[in-house]
Amino acid sequence: MSGTQTTYNDKVVRQFAVMTVIWGIVGMLVGVIIAAQLVWPELNIGPWLHFGRLRPLHTNAVIFAFGGSALFATSYWCVQRTCHTRLWGGLLIPFTFWGWQIIILLAAVTLPLGITTGKEYAELEWPIDILITLVWVSYGLVFFGTIAKRTVSHIYVANWFFGAMIVAVALLHLVNSCEIPVGFLRSYSCYAGVQDAMIQWWYGHNAVGFFLTAGFLGMMYYFVPKQAGRPVYSYRLSVVHFWALIFTYMWAGPHHLHYTALPDWTQSVGMLFSLILLAPSWGGMINGIMTLSGAWHKLRDDPILKFLITSLSFYGMSTFEGPMMSIKTVNALSHYTDWTVGHVHSGALGWVAMVSIGSMYYLLPRVFGKTEMFSTKLVTVHFWIATIGTVLYIASMWIAGVMQGLMWRAVNADGTLAYSFVESVKGSYPFWAIRWLGGVLFLTGMLIMAYNMFKTMAGGNTKDAPVVAPVAHHA
Amino acid sequence: MDINDLRSLITVLGLLCFLGIVWWAYAGGSKKGFEEAANLPFAEHDDEGATAKTLHQR
Repeated sequence: MSGTQTTYNDKVVRQFAVMTVIWGIVGMLVGVIIAAQLVWPELNIGPWLHFGRLRPLHTNAVIFAFGGSALFATSYWCVQRTCHTRLWGGLLIPFTFWGWQIIILLAAVTLPLGITTGKEYAELEWPIDILITLVWVSYGLVFFGTIAKRTVSHIYVANWFFGAMIVAVALLHLVNSCEIPVGFLRSYSCYAGVQDAMIQWWYGHNAVGFFLTAGFLGMMYYFVPKQAGRPVYSYRLSVVHFWALIFTYMWAGPHHLHYTALPDWTQSVGMLFSLILLAPSWGGMINGIMTLSGAWHKLRDDPILKFLITSLSFYGMSTFEGPMMSIKTVNALSHYTDWTVGHVHSGALGWVAMVSIGSMYYLLPRVFGKTEMFSTKLVTVHFWIATIGTVLYIASMWIAGVMQGLMWRAVNADGTLAYSFVESVKGSYPFWAIRWLGGVLFLTGMLIMAYNMFKTMAGGNTKDAPVVAPVAHHA
Repeated sequence: MDINDLRSLITVLGLLCFLGIVWWAYAGGSKKGFEEAANLPFAEHDDEGATAKTLHQR
């Protein structure tokens, strides 16, 4: 079937896949540490390891180091396999890998030192922002360059999602990171006041929408059909799913700024578009899950499919919860409470991490010349530990969040507050301990994955696979 | 016509464009093309039965 000398570039996929697991462990370990700091405040040691400095390190590590490496690995694999061609880009390809790793190391040094712009999920200072831009533009060139030299006429839907992620993240990063340097490691935002807040949350929510959703949906559209051994349930639905997400996500950011100085109409527009988002999100989830229709038995003994399908269930859950929380009256209760933290982790652990883990379990043996992981049993163990950890995390945060919201708004007959803030902290204490336990379980799963990965790597063959020529058209 | 009319116009055009895409996907689009695209991931050596039947070469 091959008859051609060219090979796929699997080296860069292998590098990013291995680093996905490594950075996953690092990022989640920092998460477990800051969760422990909330339960045992004595763990806040010195300025460098204080909660306020480690928290952005945790978010940056899990989103950009773990999630980012997973996106690079899967998009590079998928675009080559579905375009039937080797990755385009020469030296730009290793530059995206090494550049991205250097950015992560710079983040790990600067954030604990307190060098930050203070913009959530965009904390890195201007010299690092420039490096991010260079790496990201190279990523775009490699990805779209590969699509341009494809040997088949269609561009598979997963590549549309990956491509949209690359374009949108470039736009978001450039606009939100517009800043005036006042020193080598200090800068101020180009925007001021409520405009600055709106641009920050236009960025923040679309980082969720494009980095953490569109990119991972690309993963879903390739790895779910591959692992299930059947094409996606409805390709038509996937086209509508794609454009519906593109047309609506960009408007949802204002729901982060309910009841602030942002004009009321902007808040309402943000809420309305967040509600509309339920439709495409669930359309995509149903499309993914229904791909298994007629092959449900595969779910019984294939832990990789378990990861992928469970991730879609969590995706459905958190994309129902999100629109609901964007309703202003619900937000009046939920905002600034742990409910938000629970919602984020239902998406981050349940959806983003699980779909990445499932995809990595598919990729890792293949990039090391094997047919399956060293131990499928350990993959199953990982699945159950991760699921229990996620459920403990989300459930404890729901209880703590709703309790905090109710306590903060409770008033006595004479209009004074019924509870002081510290009483809500005291009430949250047991749930923060349960959240920490959930995080420990999730991290344990990642350690099992690392063991399984190194065992799979041992004696592996790292030769690039030959490009499969597309089957000629016979009507 | 001030800039807000243009802003409204863009929003309406965006909606029409989206409805056009939905129409194209469900009514106008070629069924065979979609089927072909949906089978793109299945042309590897590790796929037993699901190998793509028809792939347009460029």
